[in-house]
Amino acid sequence: MPFLIRQTLVYAVPLMLVALAGVYAERSGIINLALEGIMIFGAFMGVLFVRLVQEWGWFQAAFDAKDYASLQGFCFLAMLFASLAGAVFSLLLAFAAINLKADQTIGGTALNLMAPALVLFFIRIIANQNTLNMFSGDSASWFMLKKSMFGYGRKEEMGFLGSTFVDKVYVATYICILLFVIMSVILYKTRFGMRLRSCGENPQASASLGINVISMRYAGTVISGALAGMGGFVYVLTTANCSANGDVAGFGFLALAVMIFGNWKPLNIALSALLFGLFKCIAASYSSLDINGDGIYFLKELGINTNLYRMLPYVITLVVLAFTSKNSRAPKAEGIPYDPGKR
Amino acid sequence: MNKESFWNKAATRSVLASLIAIVIGMMAGSIIILIVGLTNPALGIKGAWEGIRLVFAGLFSTGRSASGSLTFGFNGTTFGNMLFRAMPLMMTGLSVALGNKAGLFNIGAPGQYLAGTAASLYVALSVPTSVLPAWLIWVLAFLCGMLAGALWGSIPGVLKAYLNINEVLACIMTNWIAANAVTWIFEGSNLRNVLEGTKTGYIYKTSTVMHDVVIDGVNSTVGAAVPEGAQVLARRGGVATGKMGLDALFAGSQVNGGIIVAILLVVVIYVILSKTTLGYELKACGANRYAARYAGIQDKRNIVLTMALAGALSGAGAALYYLSGNTEFFWTTYQSLPSEGFNGIPVALLAINHPLGVIFSSVFMSMLSICGQKLTELTAYNEYITDVIISVIVYLSAFMLVIKLWIGKLNNRKAVK
Repeated sequence: MPFLIRQTLVYAVPLMLVALAGVYAERSGIINLALEGIMIFGAFMGVLFVRLVQEWGWFQAAFDAKDYASLQGFCFLAMLFASLAGAVFSLLLAFAAINLKADQTIGGTALNLMAPALVLFFIRIIANQNTLNMFSGDSASWFMLKKSMFGYGRKEEMGFLGSTFVDKVYVATYICILLFVIMSVILYKTRFGMRLRSCGENPQASASLGINVISMRYAGTVISGALAGMGGFVYVLTTANCSANGDVAGFGFLALAVMIFGNWKPLNIALSALLFGLFKCIAASYSSLDINGDGIYFLKELGINTNLYRMLPYVITLVVLAFTSKNSRAPKAEGIPYDPGKR
Repeated sequence: MNKESFWNKAATRSVLASLIAIVIGMMAGSIIILIVGLTNPALGIKGAWEGIRLVFAGLFSTGRSASGSLTFGFNGTTFGNMLFRAMPLMMTGLSVALGNKAGLFNIGAPGQYLAGTAASLYVALSVPTSVLPAWLIWVLAFLCGMLAGALWGSIPGVLKAYLNINEVLACIMTNWIAANAVTWIFEGSNLRNVLEGTKTGYIYKTSTVMHDVVIDGVNSTVGAAVPEGAQVLARRGGVATGKMGLDALFAGSQVNGGIIVAILLVVVIYVILSKTTLGYELKACGANRYAARYAGIQDKRNIVLTMALAGALSGAGAALYYLSGNTEFFWTTYQSLPSEGFNGIPVALLAINHPLGVIFSSVFMSMLSICGQKLTELTAYNEYITDVIISVIVYLSAFMLVIKLWIGKLNNRKAVK
């Protein structure tokens, strides 16, 4: 059970962060299909940052001195760097969609094509292979919390809460959860957030009240890029051992599904991310999953094919789309270029 | 006067805009190559210049001379391979273009392509050649590939027509459902290549000849050579597209009759779109669905039909590619979608959604991929730079309208002078 919860969180947390990224863009009126591409780009830049800092030797020094706080600090800096990269990359979409009134779907598709191409081009030149790894060591031993850090011995148990939420958990996961809460509150409870949301519903009305629609839409897209970039890095940090290979296995599109299933609302998104994360976790490790610790592999005995679990999120989203299309809460003005003269 | 009206024509402007997008895309690629070359002492300005030449003229590259400099010349094999790679792109590009003509952005081409792949491979490899002749199996597999693609494409079509669900979202979901479904289908099948030890993860080429045999009471599958004393139950495989004389023209290349089938399909779609009532109705729906309905056109039926047709074309592309007999399918697709599907989008955009334009833009795209291959073979750069170029072109296509307006303004200024 601790393993199941821990592993579900590993998948669910980047998923909800990237889905929230989608919400920020769409609530401001820009369809961000490029989530996948921004994740790929953010993941690459984050891994590159870790790699470069490692080459300078600070990492090894901190690791040898068992200075775990510094290591987590480096990890946090890498997350910031990845989100900065994501924000810069998303400016491409913002410029095309807002200034040039481009087709946002095609613009997003272009970014989805561009990110893996650029990233793989540079990875091949830097590393002479298709995967960019850390310079040394692995993410688990450097960034993961372990019971030994809290004075527990190899054989000692931390108890249910400890082994679920502390042992073998990345601090990055909790930073993301915190960020998710903060960003949700900003979107709903602050003046800025409400103004941003109004631009996705009726930009002309917002403009008539003195809101600068252009800058609000820029803000929405750039925040979206920052969150997606960070989500991409956290995803590869926690699931791919901090290595970038120009691919996040459709995670950005899954986040899009989470956003739709969550009806563009943060709380629903958090819950649906947990659900889809659970599916993802089951698909990845169902044959060795012992839920209540009685030595019976329940899911394996159930005999449901792995591929079904992988497929389910998309099927569910499609069904939900079909049933809620009549009263969908999708922002009214999303995807429509802002035209001040239109009423 | 005549000359001016030529430059002011909408079609001319569209072609110009596409050409500008191509030029800017290739310049962007060259700039990246130059920057990487200048910052990397192993490459330097000389390496960068070699890279840039290969990006523009990789099609004519014939390798390196004894002194180490790049050599260029006509190479039939490269040309044939270019046509071969253009074949699936032509179909997926036509699929996306058809969708765009009817006002539907068919981003579902990868899923439809996968559906076509699975169906055509399944039929081609599992129908025994002792029951049907190989050429008939080819036709059957091709049609099944188209049918599977059509079914897959009609899902978003139905959702769009009857429930008004955004076809882009529905297509994205069906893409990933297809990616998982195809893995599921092949995971338990006996079509996975087990005869060649190094080919794990691949499905047999359709040209592989296999025998289902019983040896000492045990069922198994063997290759072309049947061991002595084995009882043959069925003979499978050995299906491949005919060369139709193209191998004489482009010796040593992969090209085959499939390219002719693809061009025929392009012409068929062109005729449907421009000469038939159906085509007129599709375009009317694309221009304004509600106005078309007011004019008595069944908009719902037309949306479903468009997506089914588009899906059939993507499926046909997959069938042509994998039935050629010299290509292998990597069956664990659940983590990624086929690039042929997504690259249909730039093909259609560059062709300004014109069916005949798709022929040229798909050949251009496959030329770029050949250039990328040469770049990897001959320099320290790699083929992904061509994907960057393609993505820049797609990015520019997103605001093609602005570029066209800009060209128009430029022309007007000339006219005033």
